[in-house]
Amino acid sequence: MKEAKFEYLLRLGDSSLIIGHRLSEWCGHGPILEEDIALINIALDFVGNATSLLSYAGDVEGKGRNEDDLAFMRGEREFRNLLITEQPNGDYANTIARQFLFDTYMYFLYEELKSSKDETIAAIAVKSHKEITYHLRHTSEWMLRLGDGTAESHERLQNGLNDLWMFTSEMFDMDEVDAILIKEGIAPDLTKVKASWEKRVHEVLAEATLQIPTTTFKQKGSKEGKHSEHLGFLLAEMQYVHRAYPGAKW
Amino acid sequence: MEDAKQLEAFEAKIAAGQKIEPKDWMPEAYRKQLIRMMSQHAHSEIVGMLPEGNWITRAPSLRRKAILLAKVQDEAGHGLYLYSATETLGIDRSELLSQLHTGKAKYSSIFNYPTLTWADIGAIGWLVDGAAIMNQTALARGSYGPYCRAMIRICKEESFHNRQGYEIMMHLAQGTPEQKALAQDALNRWWWPSIMMLGPSDDQSPNSDQLMRWKVKMESNDAIRQRFIDRTIPQADFIGLTIPDKDMKLDAATGHYEHGPINWEEFFEVIKGNGPCNAKRLKARVDADKNGAWVREAAMAYAAKQTKDKLVA
Repeated sequence: MKEAKFEYLLRLGDSSLIIGHRLSEWCGHGPILEEDIALINIALDFVGNATSLLSYAGDVEGKGRNEDDLAFMRGEREFRNLLITEQPNGDYANTIARQFLFDTYMYFLYEELKSSKDETIAAIAVKSHKEITYHLRHTSEWMLRLGDGTAESHERLQNGLNDLWMFTSEMFDMDEVDAILIKEGIAPDLTKVKASWEKRVHEVLAEATLQIPTTTFKQKGSKEGKHSEHLGFLLAEMQYVHRAYPGAKW
Repeated sequence: MEDAKQLEAFEAKIAAGQKIEPKDWMPEAYRKQLIRMMSQHAHSEIVGMLPEGNWITRAPSLRRKAILLAKVQDEAGHGLYLYSATETLGIDRSELLSQLHTGKAKYSSIFNYPTLTWADIGAIGWLVDGAAIMNQTALARGSYGPYCRAMIRICKEESFHNRQGYEIMMHLAQGTPEQKALAQDALNRWWWPSIMMLGPSDDQSPNSDQLMRWKVKMESNDAIRQRFIDRTIPQADFIGLTIPDKDMKLDAATGHYEHGPINWEEFFEVIKGNGPCNAKRLKARVDADKNGAWVREAAMAYAAKQTKDKLVA
């Protein structure tokens, strides 16, 4: 039970940490100042959410590791973030597509987590769900603007969606960890989350005049720490300073 | 004749400590000078996001990462606020940005220096924001309403950044020997550019009586610089760091610190575009603008469709 909960918290916390990192890479390079502000703000929400989850993961594990030990001292194979979160930013359409697919997932997942029997998870979910509601509104609006904007923006966004589609199915994969926590009422059954996700994604895509990608090929592996090659570079950058000064306090 | 009367009323208003608001009559020279100053300030905020943003992905702890994200978000917000305030003078943001991108408008010289280590994030908050506050608290007492109100708000946030920067430096200075060396190195590199960013010395930059009378400029560069130095040196002493100026000494009679000679040649080179990062910073802004063009076009096209739909419905 303890191991399953620790593992589950890493999955949630790592996904937030890694997508927050990707979003923060846009800082100062956004297409318009208002978007710079929005993206930094959203990145900050994700880093905050990751901090809460990883801090709690450390408590659950009970080996004296705190959120920084977990964020900065684990290697590539120990990270449990969804593959979609580590995919590079690409152009703005690609970032919006990635963010929309992930925000929609997170919105419905955290809606369920709000009633988790684990009080800490429920409390984190209540706080985060408020933030995610804004994130999803922001990305959904951009899906419409880019999808139904110009021919160029439409094509770029459709390409982004097509490229990322293969990473979406693993969001809803369940394994032994999920089974244990579902039984305890701590984690939700993802079947319901998947149905809500599909419904919402299809609605927004239709309104944005976009096609549902036909890709059937699926990428998975994050639950076992099998990532794309991108994660190693991301971690090398993120962890470098922390690891270069062992024992230092910041 | 009309102009002379209006000018008299305008000056009387300023002398009485009242603010000039966007719809009030103002001399063309006043408007031009404010556009120049305010847009330069706005550009400095958004170019300033680059050297600091440079360390977000490498911040050494989650707490430091969150603080830095929040700080850079504040800078972006200041930029937006200042562009909007500048727009009240009858110029739009796209025009101001094009002046930045073509090199016609300037931004603070300080952001043309590189952030080489994590300690630079501390040094920028402590020194660069510290110096900026000295200037901005003076400007908050100026005559143009929208700019003063922007300054009051910005100064509050900058004071927070200033303390956060000092806190980073304090942590490093009290940390391992390697951390202390990082802090001292950052101070060595940022000290001179920070005191230079307050502008040329008074003998090279004579204050126009008119700008002072119009409360566009409130204090001389040297006066602001002196205040910054007097405030900062005890802070460095307190955390055991050394100001890289062997000539620095306290004048017991005046109570002010006297600094050694400033390398103004370096300052003017940076202003001319020959600083270590001028080309890189400007390219980053130009690229962001270029790469974002299709996004802005799409947003406009979509908005136009919505308006049309509404009219049809």
